Amino acid sequence: MLNYLTLILGCQLVGELTTKALQAPVPGPVVGMVLLFTFLMVRGSVPDDLASVGDTLLRYLSLMFVPAGVGVMLHFKLLGDDWLAIAVALLISTILTIIVTAWVMVWLTRPNLPAAGPPAAGPEAVSRPKDGAP
Amino acid sequence: MGELRDVWVYLSATPLLHLTLTLAAFQFGSWVYAKGKMNPTLNPVLLAVVLIVAVLLVTGTRYDAYFEGAQFVHFLLGPATVALAIPLYRQFERVRRSALAVLVSILAGSTTAMLSAVGIGYVLSGSSDTLIALAPKSVTAPVAMGIAEQLGGLPSLTAVLVLITGITGAVLGPYVLTLIGVKDWAARGLAMGTASHGIGTARALQVNEIAGAFSGLAMGLNALATAMLLPLLWGFFF
Repeated sequence: MLNYLTLILGCQLVGELTTKALQAPVPGPVVGMVLLFTFLMVRGSVPDDLASVGDTLLRYLSLMFVPAGVGVMLHFKLLGDDWLAIAVALLISTILTIIVTAWVMVWLTRPNLPAAGPPAAGPEAVSRPKDGAP
Repeated sequence: MGELRDVWVYLSATPLLHLTLTLAAFQFGSWVYAKGKMNPTLNPVLLAVVLIVAVLLVTGTRYDAYFEGAQFVHFLLGPATVALAIPLYRQFERVRRSALAVLVSILAGSTTAMLSAVGIGYVLSGSSDTLIALAPKSVTAPVAMGIAEQLGGLPSLTAVLVLITGITGAVLGPYVLTLIGVKDWAARGLAMGTASHGIGTARALQVNEIAGAFSGLAMGLNALATAMLLPLLWGFFF
């Protein structure tokens, strides 16, 4: 257990040091995430003890947003001044993002795409994906 | 009366009081969320934040005094971000077959999220603090806060916008996807995770396991893509 907690903290530490040294614009913990991901790819599986440390951290992920969220009390004025820009931007941008992501995925995995999947089975195969997701 | 004040002065000076307040408020939020049949609008984080802000305002406590205690919870965001590699790895195995399509879809969604949020905010004359906080709004909070800090913005404002984005996507996402006729669970999951990170992923998981897996992957990859692209795009435009 403790050795994997050390590994996670170590990945973060190396990530922080790397981004500081290279003055990279990426947050240190993200580099740490890439390091841990690389470790898992090389190892080929997730060790049980690492899984239990990681899953415990991630189970309470939403709790960890609370202290920063309370910082909203410092920005009541800014939120009041910019409420329209914030509300419209969040609403429209979130809906747009959902539409673009879903459509690109549907378009790229359409059944008659020449590169992917088996050779065309016939004209009917074009009409819809085979798994009838409701 | 004087004794009570002594106790208050003593407690205010240690992390114990505000650490306990943070955990208790979150437990209360989780309880309401469970009672409300996990309705996404009853988000436990949002409820906890509202409750704590109310307590701090009533007791006249400053944010830095509160954060003095709450920082221990806040610190865990770093290790938790690193730990996101674990679900990412688990889901990476599962979605390897459509890896290219997944990557392109998430990049398209990630770019849309950044450009449209900042674009709309700019047109509606948002301040630069607001624009920086809007830019990473679709990214999971620990990473979004890191990005905002890098760009010289306000991590706490960013965290709030990230939360609202997550709730917006979790509530509206399924309706929007049905409206535009997307039935494929993989595409639905990717869209939810890219637009509204962990909160969208939690929602996707409730509906369908495949959607949940793709959503978790999208959340991780979008965090990575935004962390790398946003500082470049920002330097280009501003």
